[in-house]
Parts: sequence; structure tokens; C-alpha cells
Amino acid sequence: MRYLPLTDADRSAMLEKIGAPDIDALFSDVPEEARLDGPIRGLPMHASEMAVEKHMRRLSKKNLAASDAAFFLGAGAYKHHVPASVDHIIQRGEFLTAYTPYQPEIAQGTLQMLFEFQSQVAHLYGCAVANASMYDGSTACWEAVAMASRIARGKKRKVVLSGALHPHYAEVMKTMAKFTDDEIAHAKPAMQASPDTDGLISRIDDNTSCVVVQYPDILGRVNDLQPIADAAHEKGALLIVVNTEPVALGAIKSPGEMGADIVVGEGQSIGVGLQFGGPYLGLFAVRDPKHVRMMPGRLCGETQDAEGKRGYVLTLSTREQHIRREKATSNICTNSGLCALAFSVHMTLLGEKGLRSLAMENHRLACIAADKLAEVPGVSVLNDAFFNEFTIRLGTDARAVVRKLAKQNVLAGVSLGRLYPQHDELSDGLIVAVTETSTEEDIETLVSALKEVLS
Amino acid sequence: MNAPNASGWKPGTPVQDHNAMAGPDTVTGNRALMLEEPLIFEIGNTETTGVDLPEPTGGANRLGGLDRSEKIGIPGLSEPETVRHYTRLSRQNYGIDLGFFPLGSCTMKHNPRLNEKVARMPGFADVHPLQPVDTVRGALEVINELAFWLIDLTGMHGVAMSPKAGAHGELCGMLCIRAALEARGDARKVVLVPESAHGTNPATAAFAGYEIEDIPANSDGRVDLDALKSRLGPDVAGVMITNPSTLGLFERDLKAISDAVHEAGGFVYCDGANFNAIVGKVRPGDLGVDAMHINLHKTFSTPHGGGGPGSGPVVLSEALSPFAPLPYTARTKDGVVHLVEEEDADAFSEEHFGGVMQSFGRMTAFHGQMGMFTRALTYILSHGADGLRQVAEDAVLNANYILRSLEDVLDAPFGHSGPCMHEALFSDKGFAEDISTLDLAKALIDEGYHPMTMYFPLVVHGAMLVEPTETESKATLDQFITALRSVADRARAGDESLKTAPHYAPRRRLDETLAARKPILAWEEPSPPAGTPTMSEQGGR
Repeated sequence: MRYLPLTDADRSAMLEKIGAPDIDALFSDVPEEARLDGPIRGLPMHASEMAVEKHMRRLSKKNLAASDAAFFLGAGAYKHHVPASVDHIIQRGEFLTAYTPYQPEIAQGTLQMLFEFQSQVAHLYGCAVANASMYDGSTACWEAVAMASRIARGKKRKVVLSGALHPHYAEVMKTMAKFTDDEIAHAKPAMQASPDTDGLISRIDDNTSCVVVQYPDILGRVNDLQPIADAAHEKGALLIVVNTEPVALGAIKSPGEMGADIVVGEGQSIGVGLQFGGPYLGLFAVRDPKHVRMMPGRLCGETQDAEGKRGYVLTLSTREQHIRREKATSNICTNSGLCALAFSVHMTLLGEKGLRSLAMENHRLACIAADKLAEVPGVSVLNDAFFNEFTIRLGTDARAVVRKLAKQNVLAGVSLGRLYPQHDELSDGLIVAVTETSTEEDIETLVSALKEVLS
Repeated sequence: MNAPNASGWKPGTPVQDHNAMAGPDTVTGNRALMLEEPLIFEIGNTETTGVDLPEPTGGANRLGGLDRSEKIGIPGLSEPETVRHYTRLSRQNYGIDLGFFPLGSCTMKHNPRLNEKVARMPGFADVHPLQPVDTVRGALEVINELAFWLIDLTGMHGVAMSPKAGAHGELCGMLCIRAALEARGDARKVVLVPESAHGTNPATAAFAGYEIEDIPANSDGRVDLDALKSRLGPDVAGVMITNPSTLGLFERDLKAISDAVHEAGGFVYCDGANFNAIVGKVRPGDLGVDAMHINLHKTFSTPHGGGGPGSGPVVLSEALSPFAPLPYTARTKDGVVHLVEEEDADAFSEEHFGGVMQSFGRMTAFHGQMGMFTRALTYILSHGADGLRQVAEDAVLNANYILRSLEDVLDAPFGHSGPCMHEALFSDKGFAEDISTLDLAKALIDEGYHPMTMYFPLVVHGAMLVEPTETESKATLDQFITALRSVADRARAGDESLKTAPHYAPRRRLDETLAARKPILAWEEPSPPAGTPTMSEQGGR
């Protein structure tokens, strides 16, 4: 077997050194009746690299790759061009095959990268401090809610979710809250041109620990968050802002600038790729440094070595499970290190200038698409304002339309029926995302295919 | 392996004359291949970019008046500068590709590159999680095929694939237990956890709303069955047991423990972090386990990546399977693999599972770590049922070889408790008074190794947990044993130079107290001397 270096001669010599007659003697603590006497029956035996690759390639061909379609899906995961050098760097063995930097003297590569990553995320979000990443946006969102609960010392139990929070994120909140006694107040999104800020504010009360708002929201709408921040703060609640499209923050104000206390999000857009939903990259930041010690997850900090040279270590670990055990701020152990590296490399290639250009190119194409789609008979654009994603109404079940178009290699968007199956009144909605990877030709393809299906 | 090269130097020849090695200081602070690297914030600026994108034209704007007019402050570098920056950083890292990495409980085995190649096939890497199901049948088949392997290898009933890492899997398992108890109207409050457990176990159980109580160990380090039995009762929701344990021992009594816990109406959670030791040799399902997470980044070789991403599917017993989180995949009699989400969960359960499925909900936005599933399945198919069994045997053989080759110079507190499984545990007993496990670990760095896990498990003083894995050759182990014997001798003799190790790493010992006392967690532009124009006023570099 190509991954196992021991030879039979090695094995014999080693058993002799150990003083064991055979390999089974090393498994003598396994109760005999539970010991398997040979390879598990019914499973295939080992296979060559060539054979395995062929099998996996056959499975991969059963999927329609985004690049082989006119592609307009978003709703929490976005297709962006990832520069070739990103994948090269994350495949360097020193990054790929390292582990959590428990021995900082031989992990300065990972640690300095994490320090740079935390700084990039903090700048992007308009915050003071970001952590070294979480599993993904949805779990980061729950960790933020749990953190707000800790800050409220369990005295405030109500979590107000915006109706326009990604429904899968809302589901994660509801699932977790069942076990923590938090009360989740959630509504479906109102199908109107701008988010219902007044309605949201009216749900904040003295028992509210936090308000969770997505920006841009699930329908692609963007609005000023300052009034929500002010209303939350007036009631002693924290404002948690969720961002699922970090590229947007190259064009629109950061959540930190508008008073968000905790900003979390999905970082997949920058460097990571689609990957059918994972692994992704949870981003987590706080605006006020006073909240740092309440944060979940790993934090990398600057320090000095014994010769006074600058270096980096994991720090403030007294918050964490390996020290605090059942009193930890989170049970998180592993983060999403390699995805953080991909994000950081891509962000360094972009820089502020590139990020702004990328964001405006997304917005330019999205505006073109919105205008052209609005001309299709039966189609109306919902949004007043948007970044690279907006919602259109088709006057008919959007799920059926999406399925029909997929047969022509047009992946038209995410239907609201897929996300809100229990709300028939949303079923004619379609969320369309347009990034720099969508060409004007792709937009034409979508428009004409939609015209044909709707006529 | 140890043949002298032309200069007469051979690997393993101790460097005797330190003064001969030490040269003059350099102007740059570099030392030949050991290169210092500034932060991107110090070498880049906000006007530089390494991508070619159209300049914004100032055309249509529907941003609702929310344009980001303030400076963002993220520096950019050209592509060559970027590649060089990260390549230079990478060289300050230790990885499995570079050498032996016996970090106990982490299973740092070789990461086959076929796995990387497969994960990057466009049909896997370039697929959106919300594409119409008919366009992702292959992805669902991968999930389902891996699920079947995991079920067969563990002898369990079902598997939840969506948890994103081991600790997330633990949470999934505990939430299944809680949901199952609640479904029968049974509000139990206590979870029993051995002191030797990984810190995530009690943290997870607490997060799931349980009170934690310790399970005592007997003199050979295993769970004390009688003490456990006497604590069981109507308030105990279950136990969390690591098998093989964090002491590197197989819990001989696990079946009896499971029977007793079930008898008392509780459930058995098994931490599967150490599954590598027993894959293909024994199935947790045959020992009465109700839930166990599997770290795909350990047993099934998906890369650790400097701290993730991991992946933590949870195999479940028949009693817990109905409560598994959404979404899940299921193959029906017609051979089609379905994706079951909130939308059709009830109807699907009714049609195919007699209505028993009552998921506790969703744990993450999408379907789990697809990129890890493709890698793990590739690895599993490469090894097959026979190869995986050999994996466990070689991992256990390597660990016992290390244990028995070192127990005369290092205290092995449970060396008398029978063979170890995949990892060998030592303590600092016998070290000179002022020498610690940390000192020994740092000296191993100088010898060119990644140290073992230190100070874990907490129940052993100055613990050193060595997990070699099956992908190391006998020659590598022999060289490591020689190095560790030498360092252990120095620790017993009280060699003061251990206390200042490492001497040859990119950094000397780092001050963790300073880092925690005055946290600097993000880069801040240094305040310039009065009267100096700032970087932004100068328009960048």
C-alpha cells in the first residue's frame, strides 16, 4: 500500500523489540468477541491511484460545474475568480500539512499570516479586532448570539432576528437556541423594496440581548444600519451584523462604521471557492476592544522572543476549552486555517484598490443585469438598492423556472421557494447574483432564456 | 540513510563546536535561507494591486447612498511580491511534509496528493450548494458513498455528515442525545466525563445545557466501571468516553459501560478522535456506542491546514439516528440519492422511514465540508477495507515501538497497563528539578522535530503524548528515538541549555505572558514623529 512505509521485515523486527509475538497481541485489550478477524466483508479492497482517480472523476462529471453554465447563484455563497497564485500558496506543504500553531517558534508562518488575516478582516468590517476564523458564516453567527448572551450575563434572553437574515442561518439560530433557552424572534422577509427597519426596531425590548441583521440582506437589499444600532443600544442590546458577501464591503460602508457591535460573516467569496458549501470561512470581529475577552475562537497576538525579536503566538487562551473546559466561551477547537490563508492571500493580491475595483465591477454588471431583466415581460425587480445581488419576481413559481433553465445550462439564481418552502407567497421570487465572472454574454443568455420560459 | 556525504558530515552527527557555527550578525537579520519577513502592512500599500480589474467608471450606482468613502486600509502587493511574501512565511512553518510530527491525539499522517487533485476537479470544487439537485447528483453520491463507508467501518446505524469539525460533531452527538431524551419526556441533567477527556468534551456538554461530573479512573488509567455504575441513575443523560482514551489505552470495559449506561436509561457518546488506532480492527457499534464523531482530518488524512478546516461526521445508533440534523442525504430503493432539507423532511420520512425521522434541526448553512468529503473518500478508496485495517495495525505498532524504546529513559505512567494503542504517553518524572516538559519539547525543535503534545492529558504530570501514525518508516522512528533519548538524558541530568531552547528555530522562545497581558491583535499604523507626513498623505509608499 503506497502510503505505508513499513515492510514486513520492519514489522517483525519491531514486534521483537516490543516483545509481542504478533500484531494481534497489541490489540489484546479489545474484547475478543468484538475483534474483527479480517477486512470488513462487503467493502472493496485497496485500489491504485489511477483507479481511484477514475472513479472520482466519473462522480465529478455528474455535476454541472458553475464555470460550465451561465451562472447567477448567490444567497450566501458566491462565485468569484480566484487568482492562480492563491491555490499555489495554500498547497505549499508548510501551510497545508501544518497544524494549529501550538509550537510558535516553528509556526511563525501560520501565526504571522493569521495576524495579517485578523487585521485585514478588522479593516474590512470597520472593527477593532477579528479572530483567527470560525467554521463558516452561519456558525459564526450563532457564536455571536451566544457571546451577546454572555455579555448580558443571561439576564436578557431574547434574540431579535431580522426577517431578511439568511433562512439557513436563522434555522441554525433556532436549532441552537432550543438547547440554550434563548428566545429567537424571527419573521419571514417582507417583499418590499427596502428592508422593514421600523418593524425590526419595534421588536427590540428591554429583554433583548442582541439584534441580528444581514447586510446586504438575503434579498440583496442594502440599507443604513445606524438607526437599528441606535435603537438597540438604547435598550442595552448589541447589534450583530451578518455579511455573506465580503466583496460588497469594497463598495458600501462597513458595519462597524454604522455602529455594529459584533460583525460576523462568510468569507468564502475571497479566495475559497464554492465547494458545494464547505469548507468555508467564518469571520468574526468586534468593534469595541473591551469585548475581546468575551470572543469565541482562536486569537493570534504579537509578542517578542527571548532575543527581543517580534513574533506571534496564540493568545488569550484562558477563554478556550482546553483551559476552561466546561466554562469556555465556546467548544471550538479547530478553526478554518487554510481557508483563512486563501482569503488572506487573495485579499493581499487585491489590496484596497483591487477590492474597490472588484466591488464596482460586480455592481456595474449587476446594474446591467437588473435593467435587462426588468425589461422581460412579467419580471419586476424588487430592490431599490443592492450591491451584486437582487431579487426579481416572476409572477410564477420560480423553482420550476430554475429547474427548466438548468436543463439549458443556465443556473438562473436561487428561488425563494427553495429557501422558504413554507411560504407560498414568496414562491415567485428569484435571487439573482451577478459577479465579475458573469459576462455580459451570460446576462444576455439569462435574459433570453427567461423570456422564452415565461412567454 | 546515514551514509557520510562528500564533506564527511552525516545526518545524526552531533554538532560539537558551537562557536564554529556562529557567524557574524547580518545587516538584514536574515541568515541565508532563514529569511525575515515584514508584515503586508509594512511592505504593501492601498494603491498597489496584484490583480487586473477595470477601473471603476463612475457609472450606475444603486448603493442606496451607502458608498464606502472612508479609507479601508487594506494593503495590496503585486503578484510576485505576494508569492514571495507567503513563500517566505511558509518557510517558518513546520509541516508533515518537512518531517516527523508526532503530535499526540492529532494524527498527523501523510496527506496524499491525489486527494488534493480530486478535490479540485471542477465538478466538486466549482459547484454551488444551492444548485438544482439534478445538477449535483455526483456530489450527493460522494456524500452518500462516504456515509456508507463510515457506517460500515463503525458498525453503526446512521451518520450525520454536516458537522464542520470534531467539536461541532461532538455537539451534534450531544444534541441528538438531548433530543432523544426530550422526545421521551426525560429531562436528565448530568453528563459524566472522565478527567482525561479532551477539553472540548466538557465544553460541548456544557454548551448543550448539561452539568458535568467527573468519572474516576482506576489504577491502570481506564474508566472505573464500578464507580461509574454507582453514579448512574435517572439524572444521568449519558457519558462521554474517548476510546482509545487520551492515555493511549483501549477501554476494555466499554461494552460493559455501555450496557450499564443503557440499563440506566442513558446514552454513550464516544469521542472518535483516536479512531485511527482501531479502524478495521473493531467497530464502536459492537461496543454499544450511540454516537461518535470522526475527525476526517485525522483518521482519513484530510490536511490539517495550519488549524483547519476539519470535518466531523457523527455516526449514530438506531436510537439516535432519527434525530440527526438537516440536511441529510439518503439513497432510496431506486438507487437515487436524495438531499433532504426542511422543505421535504417530513414527507420523506413518512415515505421512506415510516415517519420516524424527527431531526433536531440545522447546524450549519449548507451540507458540511464537501471539500473534505471528496478527499476522505479518495483516501478510503485508495486503502480499501484491507488497507485501512493495516493502517490501524501499523499505527499501533509504531506507537508501541516508541513506547518500549523509550520507557527506560522516560517515565511511562501507564506502561504497565498493557500495550498502548496509537500513541505513547510519558511524564516528566525523573527530570532534574528545574527542567520541564516544555524545555524538552523545545529541545526537540532544535533536533528538527515537531514536539509531541505537551501537558495533555491533564491527569499526568508534565504529560508528553507521542503519536507517530502509520505513515512513518522505521528509520524515521529510530532517528527520533535516538534524538529523544538524548534529550531525555539531558533533562534528567539538568542540562541548563534546555531552558533556553530552541536555539536554531526562526524564533527563540516566545513570551506568551506579554502577549496576553498587553494584547496586540491587529496591526496599527505606528504613530509617526511629529511633523512627518503620514503614509496616506504621501499617497502610499
